[in-house]
Amino acid sequence: MPNFVELWVYLSSAPLFGLTATLAVYVLAQALALRSGYAPWANPVLLSVTVLAALMLATGTAYPTYFSGAQFIHFLLGPAVVALGWPLWQRRAALAARWGRLVLASLAGGTAGAVSAVGLGWALGLPGDVLLSLAPKSVTAPVAMGIAVQIGGVPALAAVFAVLTGMVGALSGRWLFDLMHLPTDAEGMALRGFALGTASHGIGAAHALQVHAEAGAYAGLALGMQVVLAAVLMPLVFKLL
Amino acid sequence: MKPLQGLALLLLMQSAGEALSHFLQLPVPGPVVGMVLLLLALRWAPVQQAIAPAAGFLLTHLSLLFVPVGVGVMTHLALLGTHGLRLVVVIVLSTWIGMAVTALVLRLWQTPAATPPKAGDAELR
Repeated sequence: MPNFVELWVYLSSAPLFGLTATLAVYVLAQALALRSGYAPWANPVLLSVTVLAALMLATGTAYPTYFSGAQFIHFLLGPAVVALGWPLWQRRAALAARWGRLVLASLAGGTAGAVSAVGLGWALGLPGDVLLSLAPKSVTAPVAMGIAVQIGGVPALAAVFAVLTGMVGALSGRWLFDLMHLPTDAEGMALRGFALGTASHGIGAAHALQVHAEAGAYAGLALGMQVVLAAVLMPLVFKLL
Repeated sequence: MKPLQGLALLLLMQSAGEALSHFLQLPVPGPVVGMVLLLLALRWAPVQQAIAPAAGFLLTHLSLLFVPVGVGVMTHLALLGTHGLRLVVVIVLSTWIGMAVTALVLRLWQTPAATPPKAGDAELR
């Protein structure tokens, strides 16, 4: 059936394939996550990504072909980051009262994450350019790539590390916070969200937004703070070293 | 109409943010500057009414927006090369350390009994 093959080749090379596959798989993953009560193992990002990668492997689809369609979804990340200002505006009174300690926690958490990543990597004998690409891994991927370029890392590696860091946080955050006996009231959720956003940027914030509004708002704030602090301080620190 | 107006406003803020970031050579990317601009614009009620539905929709489905990047990482895992296992150990442990330290510092400062009022705190009350 050459006609069928022609049609398939047309559909899979056109943007339609990437866009449809991403949306359809995500809707299914989302339904599963909802049914499980947002259990960490049913993380919709991880599920969708795994299924889509397997699908591409099975059909021999190259990433650029997939991305020609998926870029329409990817593009919305920009306006979504702007939209993070909305939950912050709604909580402006509470934020104004605790501004200082949030900046302090963001600085401490970001430093601890970066220093422990570089330190552990060094102890395990990883090469220098990999270590420098690990440093900005708690910053959202596009910014992490920019920082990696400035401090002498590899941007592609920095993006991979940042996305993996986001997934680790989204998957294991609840478990770690329960282990630390952090409360689950609104105040505790704000604390959990802020910690998740600080370590695991956008992917952590996306998970927090689905679990609890308060956690989501503070995770979004933490992601923004981490971007500003890391983009300003990290190149400065590495220049002094 | 409101959600569309909201999306248009979000894109406008992002564009203004990109322009500011570019011309002032800020180390912060455009969308983050746009977020700050949005915070300033939100003091007007019409902006609030337009932004609420658009921001609500985008943020509820923020997870979806990370899928294309995630697929890219999954198909480029070969980049990790021979360091794969060691890298996983480093990434998992340092992520936990980052989360734990942030939570501990915040909680340390949240217990009211432990923090004597400072000059800065008094002004906010």
